[in-house]
Amino acid sequence: MKFSNSAELLSFHWVAYSIYALLIISVIAWFGYNLTRKEKVKSIIRIPFYGYIGFLVIAGVGHHIFTYNAIPWVSQDITRHNIKPDASYEFSIKNHKWIDMPKHVTVQCGQTIRFNVTSHDLVYGFGLFRQDGSMVMQMQVNPGTDVNGILEPNDILWTFNHNGVFDVLSTEYSGPDAYDKHTGKDLMKVEKWLTVVGCKDNGGKK
Amino acid sequence: MSFMKNLVNGTNFDADSLNALQKVTLRAVVMSFLFFGLVAIEGMIMKIVQTGPAVNPLPEMFSHPAHYFSIMTVHPIVGIFGSTYQLVFAAFMFLVPFLTKKPLYSVKLANAVWLLITIGTALAWIAAFVWQYAPLYTLYWPLPADTEQFSAIGGIVFIIGVALIMVGTLGFIYNIYATIFQRVGVHKDKTTKELLISGFGIDGMLNLWHKLTGKPPYSKEPALALPVVAIFRGTVDTFLDAIVILGAGILVLVYLLFDAGGHPLNVAAIDALLYKNYFWWGLDLVADGLVLIYVAGSWYLLATLITGQKLFMENVARAALMLELLVSWMVWSHHLLADQGQPEMMKLISGEMVTAFELLTQGLALFITLVTLWKARPLKMTMELKYLLGGLVGFGLAVPAAIIQADMGMNRVLHNTQWIIMAHVHIALIVGLYMTLYSALYVLWPIVTNNTKMYSSKLSNIHFWMYLIGGIGMGAFGGMAGLDGMLRRHLYVHNEFSTLMTLAAICGSMVLIAWFIFLFNIVMSVGIKGLIGIFLPAKDKTASYGIEPEVIAENHKE
Repeated sequence: MKFSNSAELLSFHWVAYSIYALLIISVIAWFGYNLTRKEKVKSIIRIPFYGYIGFLVIAGVGHHIFTYNAIPWVSQDITRHNIKPDASYEFSIKNHKWIDMPKHVTVQCGQTIRFNVTSHDLVYGFGLFRQDGSMVMQMQVNPGTDVNGILEPNDILWTFNHNGVFDVLSTEYSGPDAYDKHTGKDLMKVEKWLTVVGCKDNGGKK
Repeated sequence: MSFMKNLVNGTNFDADSLNALQKVTLRAVVMSFLFFGLVAIEGMIMKIVQTGPAVNPLPEMFSHPAHYFSIMTVHPIVGIFGSTYQLVFAAFMFLVPFLTKKPLYSVKLANAVWLLITIGTALAWIAAFVWQYAPLYTLYWPLPADTEQFSAIGGIVFIIGVALIMVGTLGFIYNIYATIFQRVGVHKDKTTKELLISGFGIDGMLNLWHKLTGKPPYSKEPALALPVVAIFRGTVDTFLDAIVILGAGILVLVYLLFDAGGHPLNVAAIDALLYKNYFWWGLDLVADGLVLIYVAGSWYLLATLITGQKLFMENVARAALMLELLVSWMVWSHHLLADQGQPEMMKLISGEMVTAFELLTQGLALFITLVTLWKARPLKMTMELKYLLGGLVGFGLAVPAAIIQADMGMNRVLHNTQWIIMAHVHIALIVGLYMTLYSALYVLWPIVTNNTKMYSSKLSNIHFWMYLIGGIGMGAFGGMAGLDGMLRRHLYVHNEFSTLMTLAAICGSMVLIAWFIFLFNIVMSVGIKGLIGIFLPAKDKTASYGIEPEVIAENHKE
C-alpha cells in the first residue's frame, strides 16, 4: 500500500479510526452490560495478558513502520538534505506579510519542490491547501538567526503527484494582526498560489 | 420537600457537621465546577463563531480576531488550571489522608492552594478580557513579549495570574509530600527510604524481579497504597511542569517589565526553537505525565473501591507507574514534528518511539482496571461505575488519536488541525478525565458530605448520558473537521467548515446543558445555605477522615 497524496491518506485514516472508535465504544458497552449480569458470562475471546501487551507493542511500533513505507514524504523529509529538488523557492515573513514570495508557482506533475521559508520576527507556519480546504502539507516557520546573523531555514521538500490549485495559509497563530481587525479576514492567506499540471486524472505522470 | 425548601436547605446536608478537611475539599470542588461552567461557555462561544456568519447568531464582536483569540488564550487556563487542577488537587488532598489514614499536613496550606489557583485563574481571565492579551497557552516565543500586538500591562497581569496558579500548585505538592512522609499512624515505624522506594513504585519492580528469580517478595505489604503511589509519581511531573511554566513566565515578565519601563530588550536573544523545546518539555508533563499517571491511579483506586478486591497484577501496575515517569520525560518532541529545525533523531526517538510507549502504559492501565472489575462481577451499575466506564471509553478513544498523529508522516497533514485538539485533547479531558473525576466524586460524595442524599438520581443519569454523547460527539465532529483541513488556531469567517462546526456546537451545547443539570442537582442536594456554609470556618478542625475504604465496596455488591 502506498499513498500518493494527503487526500488518500486522510480518507484511509478517517475510515480506519472510525471503525476503531465504534469498536472500542462497543467493547466497553458490552463489558459494562456483562458486568451486571448475574449468570456467568462466557468471554467471546480470551485475551492473554502477554498477547495483549504484544499487540500494543506491535501497534505502537508497527504504525510507524507502516507509515514509513506507505507515506512517501517521510523518508524524503528525513533525507531531504541529500536530495536535489527540481525547483526551489525561498521567501520570508515579516510583520505578518510574505516577503519575496513568487506571485504564482506552476509545478509539473511528479516534480519535487523545495520550499524554504524564514521568519524575521514571530513563529508562523507554511501550509498548502486544496480549494475544498483540505491540507496538502504544512510546516512550522520559526524565527532566529545563526551566528553569522543569517535567518535560520525552515525547509521542506514536496513531490506533487496530483493536479490541483493550492492556497497558502500560515498554519501557526502569530497574533490577531494576521487578520483584518473588523472582518476577521485572514491577511496572510494567498489564494491559488500554486498550480500542479500534467498529471493523470487519478494521479501520476501522464 | 418543596422545591424552595430543597433549594435553600438541600436534602439532608449539614455544613456544620463537616470537619476542616471535608470543607477545604468541597471549597475547591465548588470553584472547580464554577470554572468548568465558564470554560464550557467559552468553548461554546468559539464553536458558534466557527460555524461561520451564515449560522452564527452571536454579536459581531465575538468574531473580531482580538476578542476571539483572547477567549482562546484563557480557555485552557480556566479549563486546565481553574477547573481540572482544582478538582484533582482537592480530590488528592482528601484521598491521601483518607488512604494513608493520616491527617493532611496543613489545612491552611490547602486553603491557600484553592485561593491562589482561583485568584490566579481570575487574573489571567481578566488580562484577556480587559486587555485582550492573547498569545495563546503555547506562549510561542516571542509572541508573549510582542508589545506591538499586545498591551504590556495585560501581559504582566496574565503572567502574574499564571504565576499564582503555579505557586498554588507548589503548595499542593508540598502538602501532598509532607503528608506522605509524615511518620505518624501506620507509617510511624517506616523510614523515609521505605516511603520513597514505595512512592516511586520501585518495590513493585523489585517484587517482579524477585518473582522472576525465584526469591521471596521484596515487600509483601508495600508502604504506600497503589493510588498513593500514582499520586506520588504524578506529582513529580506536576512539580517539574510548575517549574518550567514559572520559568517561562519569569522570562516573559522580565521582557514586559523592561518594555513597560521604556527599555525594550532584544527578543531575538532567545532562540525560538530552543524555547519551544523547553516549554513543550514542561507543558507536555501535564498531558503525558501527570494526567495519564493520575488517571491510571484513579482508575486503580476506583476499581478497588467499587469491587472491594485487590487490584489485578498490582506489582505490574506499580512498576508501570515508574515506567510512565521515565516515558513522560522523553516524549515532548512529538509536539515538534512539524519543526524542520528539530533534529530528525529527536523526532524519531522522542517524538515517535518513546511516545508510542504511552499506548503500552495506558493500555496496561485500561487492561488492569477492566480485569479487576470483571473478576468481581456481578456488580451494580452505580453512577460511579458508569462514569468509570465512560472515562475508560474517553481514553480508549483519545490516546490512539494522539499516537496516530505522533508520527512524522501523519503529522505533516494533521499538525495544528482540529484533529489533535478535538479528537484527542477534548475527548481526553471532557470524556476521559472528567468522567473519571465524576466517578471519584460519586464515590467520595457520601464520605466528604457525611452521607448527604443526592437530590435526584434521574438528573444524575441525564447528566451522564448528555455529557457522554455530547463530549464524544463534539470531539468526533471537530476531529472530522481536522481531517478536512480545519486549523485549530485559526479564525474562519467564510462558513468554510459550517456543517461540521454546527454539529460540534450542538454536541458542545449538550455538554453545557449537562453541566447545568449537574450543578442544579448538587445545589438542590446541599442547598444554598449549605453552599455558603462550606465557605464558613469549620468547627471541627480535624484534618483526616476515618472511614475504611472497604466500607465503600460493600455498597456496590449485587
